[in-house]
Formats: sequence, structure tokens, C-alpha cells
Amino acid sequence: MEKAKALIDYDKTVISIRGLEKSFEDFAVLRGIDLDLHQGENLVVLGRSGSGKSVLIKLISGLLKPDKGTIEVLGNDVCCLTEKQLRELRIKMGFSFQSSALYDSMTVRKNLEFPLVRNRTNISRKEIDTAVETVLDAVGLSQTINQMPAELSGGQRKRIGIARTLILNPEIMLYDEPTAGLDPITCTEINDLINEVQQRYHTSSIIITHDLTCAKTTGDRIAMLIDGKFQRVGTFEEVFDTNDKRVKPFFDYNFTQ
Amino acid sequence: MDTVSNNAQPPAQKKGPTFKQRLANFFTDIYKIHLFIIQFFKEAFVPPFEFKEIVRQCYEVGVRSFTLISVTGFIVGFIFTKQSRPSLASFGANSWLPSLVSIAIMRALAPLVTALIASGKVGSSIGAELGSMRVTEQIDAMEVSGTNPFKFLVCTRVLATTLTIPILATYTAFIGLLGGYLNVATNEGISYTAFVEQFFQPLMFLDFTASLIKSIVFGFTIGIVGCYQGYYSSDGTEGVGKAANGAVVTAMFLVFIEEIIIVQITSNFR
Repeated sequence: MEKAKALIDYDKTVISIRGLEKSFEDFAVLRGIDLDLHQGENLVVLGRSGSGKSVLIKLISGLLKPDKGTIEVLGNDVCCLTEKQLRELRIKMGFSFQSSALYDSMTVRKNLEFPLVRNRTNISRKEIDTAVETVLDAVGLSQTINQMPAELSGGQRKRIGIARTLILNPEIMLYDEPTAGLDPITCTEINDLINEVQQRYHTSSIIITHDLTCAKTTGDRIAMLIDGKFQRVGTFEEVFDTNDKRVKPFFDYNFTQ
Repeated sequence: MDTVSNNAQPPAQKKGPTFKQRLANFFTDIYKIHLFIIQFFKEAFVPPFEFKEIVRQCYEVGVRSFTLISVTGFIVGFIFTKQSRPSLASFGANSWLPSLVSIAIMRALAPLVTALIASGKVGSSIGAELGSMRVTEQIDAMEVSGTNPFKFLVCTRVLATTLTIPILATYTAFIGLLGGYLNVATNEGISYTAFVEQFFQPLMFLDFTASLIKSIVFGFTIGIVGCYQGYYSSDGTEGVGKAANGAVVTAMFLVFIEEIIIVQITSNFR
């Protein structure tokens, strides 16, 4: 499905990263990252496995602490927030995990209810049911409501994972490898879903992937993470209009083979 | 085609940690457990309280151990009575059997047996469950969805074991009493009323209190160790196994250490 034109406000920045550095023991993963995510924009971060893509969104969501630099999310410096403030900020951010991270012991309904029940006080049973049905409908999996995560396919789990983040109406979506390990048809469905979420929920998203089809289909802008820095940032065509030996193999592998 | 060189060296074996590193890891672990316990007390008694989840966990802990504790409690009471008879009989003191059984069960066996069974059954289950949640990013998912996973997963489980183990220990004591009675009744032909009377006669208030305190301490230990092992597990599925194993071994070891300490303290009040 062709990506519809997104309503991007280039004057408003929802995530602003400056001079971000992160090391694990002696290995420097991120070496001075600067990045702006505009309101309504889908930004794809491309890079090889182990290049620090997932680390980047874990830093944004406050799951990891940076060694150096600042991360501003919706005007809040993530590094300076208290646990309570961070929790409040996280409600405005949806995080779709690579492994889907559905709660094994809960049904799909309970999985979806969980963030809602815990973050919205004085919410009625009817409102909860309506919200669950709405997000399930949005991801096209209404029939799975009473199933356990173990009974779902990989693609269905990804969709339910996305639905669980949508239930809190987030302003920002962080997708960690949304198409990893899925067949091409399911990948296309997930890519379409990401675009649909952008249109329907007016979210700004960072999509971590090494899948160029996903990048091309969903991204308004691409940032290429190589050696701990963004080497190329721009539209898909701008990023791959190069003979850079670190960038070109990506394109060749995905589109020339 | 590549050929294998005759000079090919076997892959270098990964060296295990040195004694110094092990010692450092040991003290780091103690420090981390210390922080973990402090965090528990900081968060467990501050609203919002997770009553529903605590009740659910209490039910889980109780149900998981109930059958095993029933069987073990009965066997312990029965066997202890049977094994003690010859020693007492040699002094012609068979009539002291119910008193001996009561002291042994109430003061030591009931809390200890319950704690050991719960370490294996509940501790390993908590370690494996939280470990699996950690490696599959479920704990991270909880955190990013605005929930405090420590409060929801750790505090509830530790409170559940702390509250439930004393109840289970009391139950074990009564089941042990039943096992002891059946053995005495078949051999000495004593009535149930007489057995119960003799069973409770030598017991003091301190015995009940000490037994209760012991069970609470054991319950807390099993919960905190299981949660700590699971919550900080790593290394994928291997880590889950290590967490479950670590939860059982460490909890059992600590239960014995605590038993010694509490017995020493309570004996000063007798």
C-alpha cells in the first residue's frame, strides 16, 4: 500500500538529541548522536546489527542512561527526570519491542487492559472494553481477544504489541525492529499498520530496522547509523544516492539481489 | 575449498573467573541484594498498594505448595514419632512421645520443612518466572508502559511469601500432629483428646511466637531471593535456569543460617 502524505510539522520537535554517547564496558556504541524528530514524522534509523539502534530507543525511553549528551522528549530532559516524572512521560511514548514482549500469563484482553487500568484512575469497565475493542480493531485482530500470547503467530504478536502501546494514545511511537523475523507478506502488513498508526493516531515515530523495504515504506526520513554516528540523514533517495561503501551494500542487498 | 591446516590450534578455552574476581562478585552481589531489600521496604509500604495482585500471589504460593506440604508434613510427623519411640522406650518413657513430637514439630520441623518445600516449589517458580519476563523484555515493557515493575512484580511476591509461609507452617504443624497421632494411636492406643492434651502441654507462648517469627523471616527470604535472582537474570534462557537454580540454593542456605540464628536468640528467653 502506498504511504499517504503525512502531516508533519517541521517547526515542532518532539524528540531532540544532542551529543549522545553510550558505551558498554570498553565498547563505545553511540559516539555523539544528534537527532531531531519532528511532530507527525516517521523517522527510520537504519544500521547493521549491533550498531546501537536499539540502544538509542532504550535511551530515549529512559530504560538506559546515557554516558554523555542530552535527550529531550516533549520538552523534558529524560536524564534529569525523577522516576515518577519519567513514568508520566513514558505514558506518552509507545514502545513496540522486537520480541513483542506480551505478558505470557495474560490473555490478549488482559495484555491490552494492563497499561490502561494501571495508568487511568476512575475508568469504567465499559470504557476499558471500548478502548480494547478499538485498538484491536485498529490492528485487525478482534478475533484474538481471549487468546493467550502463546497461541498467536509472530505477526499477530507484533500487532498486539503495537495495539497495547496504542491503548494509551501515545504521542510518540518507538518501534524496535517491527518486521524482524516475519515473512514478506506479514512484513508488508506491519509496514502498512505503522503508516496507518501515523495517520490515525497522529503519532511521531522512530522506527529501528535493518529492513530497507520497511524503511522505504514507512519512513519520511532515514538516518543511517554507522560507527556510532549518523553518517547520512535524509529521504530514502538522498541517503542511498551515494557510493559510500558503508551505505551502498545495504541498498544492493535489499534491492539489487 | 578451504582445507583444515595441520597446524590448526584448538579453540582457546574460556578461562573461568579468578578467585579475586569471584570474591569481588560475591561482595558485589551482597551489596546489590542489600539495595534490593532497601528498595523493597521503600516501595512496598507506599501507596498505591497492589492488593489484588498480592491476594493472587498468596493464592499462587499456597496452591503451589499445598499438596507437597500436606504429604511432607504428614510423613515428617509420622516418621519422627516412629523413629523417636525406641529411644524413649529404652527409658520406659513412651508416654512422653506426644510431648517430644510437639516440641520438635512446633519449634523446628514445621517452619523448617515448610520453608524448604517452599524454597524448592515457590522460590524456583518466582526465579524462573521473573527471569523469563526479564529475558523476553516483559519487565521492560511494563516499565515503558508507565508501571513500576518492582512494585508490581517484586513487592507483591515478597509480601505474598511473607504472609503465606507462616500460614502454611501452621498447617504443616497440624498435619504433622496428625501424622504423629496416627503413629501413636496405632502403637500405644492413645485417644485423640489425650494426644492433643499432651501435645500442647509442654508448649509455651514463646514456642508459638518463635515459630511464627521464623516462618515470617523464612517467607521473606524465599520471596526476596527468588525475586532478586529472577529480576536481575541475564544471558537469555540459560539465565532463566540459573535464576531458578540460584533461587532454590540460596534460599535453602539462608533458611538454615536463619534457623541457627533465631534458635540461638530465642533460647536466651527460655
